[in-house]
Amino acid sequence: MARVIGDVILDLQNISLSFGGVKALTNISFDVREGEIRAIIGPNGAGKSSMLNVINGVYHPQQGRIVFRGQERRRMNPHEAAAQGIARTFQNIALFKGMTVLDNIMTGRNLMMRRNFLWNALYWGPSRREEIAHRKRVEEIIDFLEIQNIRKTPVGRLPYGLQKRVELARALAAEPSLLLLDEPMAGMNVEEKQDMCRFILDVNEQLGTTIVLIEHDMGVVMDISDRVVVLDYGRKIGDGPPDEVRNDPVVIEAYLGAGH
Amino acid sequence: MAEGTKPHAPAIIPGLETFPRLLRHHARVRADRPAIREKEYGIWQTYTWGECYAQVRALACGLAEAGFRRGDRLAIVGDNRPRLYLAVAAAQCLGGIPVLLYQDAIAEEMAYVLQDAEVKMAVVEDQEQVDKLLEILDRLPSLERIFYDDPRGMRHYTQPLLQGLDELLEAGRIHDRNQPDFVDEEIEKGESDDVSVMLYTSGTTGKPKGVCQTHRAFLFAGMGGVQFDHLTDREEVLSYLPMAWVGDHLFSYAQAYAAGFTINCPESSETVMTDLREIGPTYYFAPPRVFENLRTQVWIRMEDAGRLKQAMFRHFMKVAERCGIQILEGRPVPLLQRLHYALGEILVYGPLRNVLGLSRLRVAYTAGAAIGPDLFRFYRSIGINLKQLYGQTETCAYVCLQPDGEVKLDSVGKPAPGVEVKIADNGEIRVRGPMLLKAYYKRPQDTAEAFDEEGYFMTGDAGFFDEDGHLKIIDRAKDVGRLKDGSIFAPNYIENKLKFFPLIKEAVAFGHDRPYVTAFINIDLEAVGNWAERRGLAYSGYTDLAQQPAVYDLIQQCVEEVNEDLSHDPQMSGSQIRRFLILHKELDADDEELTRTRKVRRRFIAEKYAVLVEALYAGKDSQYIETAVKYEDGRAGKIAAEVRIRDAKVFPPSPRAQG
Repeated sequence: MARVIGDVILDLQNISLSFGGVKALTNISFDVREGEIRAIIGPNGAGKSSMLNVINGVYHPQQGRIVFRGQERRRMNPHEAAAQGIARTFQNIALFKGMTVLDNIMTGRNLMMRRNFLWNALYWGPSRREEIAHRKRVEEIIDFLEIQNIRKTPVGRLPYGLQKRVELARALAAEPSLLLLDEPMAGMNVEEKQDMCRFILDVNEQLGTTIVLIEHDMGVVMDISDRVVVLDYGRKIGDGPPDEVRNDPVVIEAYLGAGH
Repeated sequence: MAEGTKPHAPAIIPGLETFPRLLRHHARVRADRPAIREKEYGIWQTYTWGECYAQVRALACGLAEAGFRRGDRLAIVGDNRPRLYLAVAAAQCLGGIPVLLYQDAIAEEMAYVLQDAEVKMAVVEDQEQVDKLLEILDRLPSLERIFYDDPRGMRHYTQPLLQGLDELLEAGRIHDRNQPDFVDEEIEKGESDDVSVMLYTSGTTGKPKGVCQTHRAFLFAGMGGVQFDHLTDREEVLSYLPMAWVGDHLFSYAQAYAAGFTINCPESSETVMTDLREIGPTYYFAPPRVFENLRTQVWIRMEDAGRLKQAMFRHFMKVAERCGIQILEGRPVPLLQRLHYALGEILVYGPLRNVLGLSRLRVAYTAGAAIGPDLFRFYRSIGINLKQLYGQTETCAYVCLQPDGEVKLDSVGKPAPGVEVKIADNGEIRVRGPMLLKAYYKRPQDTAEAFDEEGYFMTGDAGFFDEDGHLKIIDRAKDVGRLKDGSIFAPNYIENKLKFFPLIKEAVAFGHDRPYVTAFINIDLEAVGNWAERRGLAYSGYTDLAQQPAVYDLIQQCVEEVNEDLSHDPQMSGSQIRRFLILHKELDADDEELTRTRKVRRRFIAEKYAVLVEALYAGKDSQYIETAVKYEDGRAGKIAAEVRIRDAKVFPPSPRAQG
């Protein structure tokens, strides 16, 4: 395999996040390297989604530093994170159910649209050319994720597994350099999981996108990720390559429970 | 009993005796007409005849440079992609033989064909096919190079025998520029008796055999079909059936080259229905199951439609049943009925054809299996000129065709122009003509055994000519067996009757040397699932749904209807189905239960499920069985179930009621 893992692009240092008296994350540090697939695992309530939300700018940690591409991040909102090339998918699908797959994916291009709505109100002109250029990119993503057959189908009518794929497509439409996937395979059957795994690997290998993912299926995590962070009750209890983490007694105890 | 040669045998134009020469001809006379379209990135992209020829030249040069020589075999595997069709022509330019493989075959099955054909190079569609070939590479000593069409996912493959088609084309273009006469010289060397293509038989009986067909044979069949139905270079066809199937090679290649019309490749196998609508083919070929799926979908959607629409649909379908076919065939129909039908045309038939994507259709054919009379009538009554044909891989799918205006439900038509058909004493259909195979590859024994002493090819099908000279097919000659009491048992005939119900997907009948007939049934998951959903019947999957008593009741009705129908047929009344069961798993080609063209392999199934067959005849009410299955990714698994067995009512023999 000719994949290249580069330098650290995202460095999280001593992150602590609490909601009132509830400590969601306590003093967590880890980094993400360019081009790798980084998994975050842990039991329910371990703080995995909170971690993603911190990276993504939804939550603002009370303590700690976040360095993204060499720049320390100030307080920012998700919109700015997106502009910096961070895209994500959600645990509970957040698509526009009444809109077609195509339109949903087009919304992923929103940040790159340069013309304002007055231009857009005109049928001809630069807006139309821009639309065509964006549509072309979206069609490439549709081809990449093999969802040509549902291009014009309203998302609400699709089965769950396909909706997840459409969400991935929308995130890809923003051409992110860092892609956050919150349980991309939750609730899928074996075949759908295999498909999703393949797409995640394809995205990583062919588009060179760095991926941070949360996943419950241990088999999947161990198969596709380069390094794994393990959280438990808001603390980091393990970090390393899958084989190392799998054999770590602390991790086994916390995550898999005694007896495994 | 022989039928004479028809006067208008198709003539092959001098100078255009091979497919590459025809291609060059089209590139001259209709260079800017579309030859192939493909939907990519949501848009139909067109290759003109001129572009196709240029690409074929480059491909041929590239292949020659890679070491492909006259007589070598080139395997072609993949969905219907323009460049795979062009690869067929490129191999032919060099005097090589394209070997077409089914793209959904598992690696194991491919290994057999690739070894048998001693394939030297392969042009494949994508990573999936490359992976399969690499898996079996150690067993393919003759395979030197693999070229892939779609570079996706191929970046990290380092095997030296792999190369992208883009690079091959580029190398070929340079070669063509430097030696512009090379391709023309190679094309001139080709002769009409050269083998133009090798297609493998589906292997219903034993291992598949490589059928070597010549340019002459396929051009004869192609020209024959074009003349028979007056096809022009303006036809549009949708090429979505496996390229390895003789039907696709005839319709999408031989006929397209013969008439110079346009073939359209769908975006993916899942988008075929949408693509069909967008293209609106004028000429269409599909096996009965495709027509059946189409109609099933119409019905499912109609059941979800509003009451007014449902009433309208039902009313006008009755009108169509009464006079639709007569109007299609131009027979006299009372004025009032004609007006009624015209109203239906505006309100129902026209929009329905449009939804199906068949608005522009002039001629449609079906073949490969028997088509249900209901189904056949349905399409013809809404104004679709659906006809049947009969043929095999060995005859370029060209033996009998139904002429316009002489279409009967239960026959496959008259011998095609230039084809002689006779019925042997044992009831077997035998044919003679230029469209016959040259040989089975490396099987002189089989080749010799396939022909009788007068040079007729023995089709292995049993049939007879009716009073109007139309051929009727009963079954495979060797499948026709006898019950213990000596009465005739034609399993296919019974299975087809069962399969004509939309709820039943597959059926396997047993009865040879047995006291009575029994059957295995596969329900159609979509149709029965929909029915179950509407009744609020919960089920977790195929196995669960198949064993529900309510589903058994439903299927029992179908079986008893078939029995009633059989009871009116003096020869068949003994073949009524006494007992049946619904199989706990769907019959699948991956488990070798069906051939790639979805024909049941009866003997294999009888052995694999011997316990169930015994239980049927032992009078048990149910039987436990465990079955190994192969998943699409090649893993093995197990399905276990307690399969119920039911008795069905049989009817005393009685003459059929009139009408």
